[in-house]
Amino acid sequence: MAWFKRTDKGIKTSTAEKKDTPDGLWFKTPNGNIIHTRELKNNAYVCPDDDFHVKIGSKEYFEILFDNNKFTELDKDMKSGDPLKFSDTKPYSSRITETIKKSELNDAVRTAHGKMNGLEIVVACMDFNFIGGSMGSVVGEKISRAIDYSLKNKVPFLMISKSGGARMMEAGFSLMQMAKTSAKLALLDQAGIPYISLLTDPTTGGVTASYAMLGDFNIAEPGALIGFAGPRVIRETIGKDLPKGFQSSEFVLEHGFLDFIIDRRQLKSRLTTLLNLLNN
Amino acid sequence: MVLEFEKPIADLEQKLQEMKDLAKGRNIDLSSDIESLEEKILALKKETFENLTRWQRVQLSRHADRPYALDYIYEITNDFIELHGDRTVKDDKAMVGGLGDIDGRTVMFIGQQKGRNTKQRQERNFGMANPEGYRKALRLMKMAEKFGKPIVTLIDTPGAFPGLEAEERGQGEAIARNLKEMFMLKVPVICIIIGEGASGGALGIAIGDRVFMLENTWYSVISPESCSSILWRSWDYKEQAAEALKLTAKDMKQNGLIDEIIPEPLGGAHKDLKWMSKTIKEAIIQSLKELDKLKPEKRIEQRIDKFCSMGVFVE
Repeated sequence: MAWFKRTDKGIKTSTAEKKDTPDGLWFKTPNGNIIHTRELKNNAYVCPDDDFHVKIGSKEYFEILFDNNKFTELDKDMKSGDPLKFSDTKPYSSRITETIKKSELNDAVRTAHGKMNGLEIVVACMDFNFIGGSMGSVVGEKISRAIDYSLKNKVPFLMISKSGGARMMEAGFSLMQMAKTSAKLALLDQAGIPYISLLTDPTTGGVTASYAMLGDFNIAEPGALIGFAGPRVIRETIGKDLPKGFQSSEFVLEHGFLDFIIDRRQLKSRLTTLLNLLNN
Repeated sequence: MVLEFEKPIADLEQKLQEMKDLAKGRNIDLSSDIESLEEKILALKKETFENLTRWQRVQLSRHADRPYALDYIYEITNDFIELHGDRTVKDDKAMVGGLGDIDGRTVMFIGQQKGRNTKQRQERNFGMANPEGYRKALRLMKMAEKFGKPIVTLIDTPGAFPGLEAEERGQGEAIARNLKEMFMLKVPVICIIIGEGASGGALGIAIGDRVFMLENTWYSVISPESCSSILWRSWDYKEQAAEALKLTAKDMKQNGLIDEIIPEPLGGAHKDLKWMSKTIKEAIIQSLKELDKLKPEKRIEQRIDKFCSMGVFVE
């Protein structure tokens, strides 16, 4: 007789009660290195073995940059309208509701002010997991208001971009956010307040063609995809394979559109040095 | 070229021609028949063009006979001198510009230019500018500012060129810089969408005190075809995409994203270039009259405020 006798056949746990292995306890980089998430967090979400920069969002960037993770968030509750009653395979309004629930974010950017190594700074940081970090009215308006805050309080502005581009579901409205944010940056420029644009993986489309490329300092994380048109579109246009490393941070630096590439582990200290150099 | 929805009209027009030929050839009086057929054609035309779907307007905006930037510029001006080059890389033939006069007043014209035949289309890169095109446009705008001349931009592009060299030379940066710089131009800026207004490639020369769209043009963040391919994962939903994007002049005006619509002759701008040019010219003159009254600082402030008020959100 078997030591154990299975009295019930098959899996009895209902889907609702299903227990997953805790999600994301271990992280595997594209190079195959495996790292515990706790260690990853302590290392600014960079894999120590291969320097791979894991995609992170506003929560993590704020934690990395603001002293003691203390900051005041601006326009926290702003949410997307649905001006065009847009519908593709599903209505935009339900897409928004679902994404808010899933991502626990209200839209694809969060803006805040606080201190970074004691220096006042305004940070706007995009979240890619909110509809691909796409820029619609909320993104445009929140960035604009964050710049207004910078202008009013004469505080440097840091923009962390991570986006597939403009949000199609707000069509013409999305397009005009490129104009709106650029207008505000023109005012910031005129007022002589520093604007640092940090481009992270990926930064493409209308975001590249507006605020992401307008920094006094354009900087990027290593290995990020940065471009105007996406690689697939370019490949289809020219009918050829793209060279290795095309549209990477290193490529963009080489072609003269970035000031420097920054390892995320040094981000806070380098930004502090840069702002101090401007102040002294 | 006859578009699908124009076929019933074209058929009737052909019938009319046959009738006229018959009357002439056989020397018989068909004048009352001809007259009633002409009336019928006019009524059908009106009905067709007043009820175009959004996709049909997109088709009209790309009509092979549609006038392009230089067609209008040469019609509107007495004198025009085209200026070339971005002073850095090359002369982008998809973006044209130069000084011309409108009833004696000098204006800097800038616009995307499409080609009429295969050779020209290649040369003009189908109206898709490279970064040097946007930089050439900016150079000319700065020159206009220096000499105190107003700027008129004519927008007609299926998008900024998505090519390898375009990326190497910073397509995104070139467009972004134009957006920012155009807000601060001290001279009046008038922008007119004359055909296709696709995304950042259009916006890169479309920041102005007055933004007009011709009646049968489109202006949006993406073309209906690309929108279909991304959101529906198929190229077959372009009609639906056009509807969803609300990309016509009427839509854009209703949403407060442009200032005014310039009417086109029945059947589209290509049916009467002279009339169309005159109407555009009048719109420019009228706008300049209004904008001349404002101080440069005031114009800049209003230009910024206008674009900054665009967007719909809930708080």
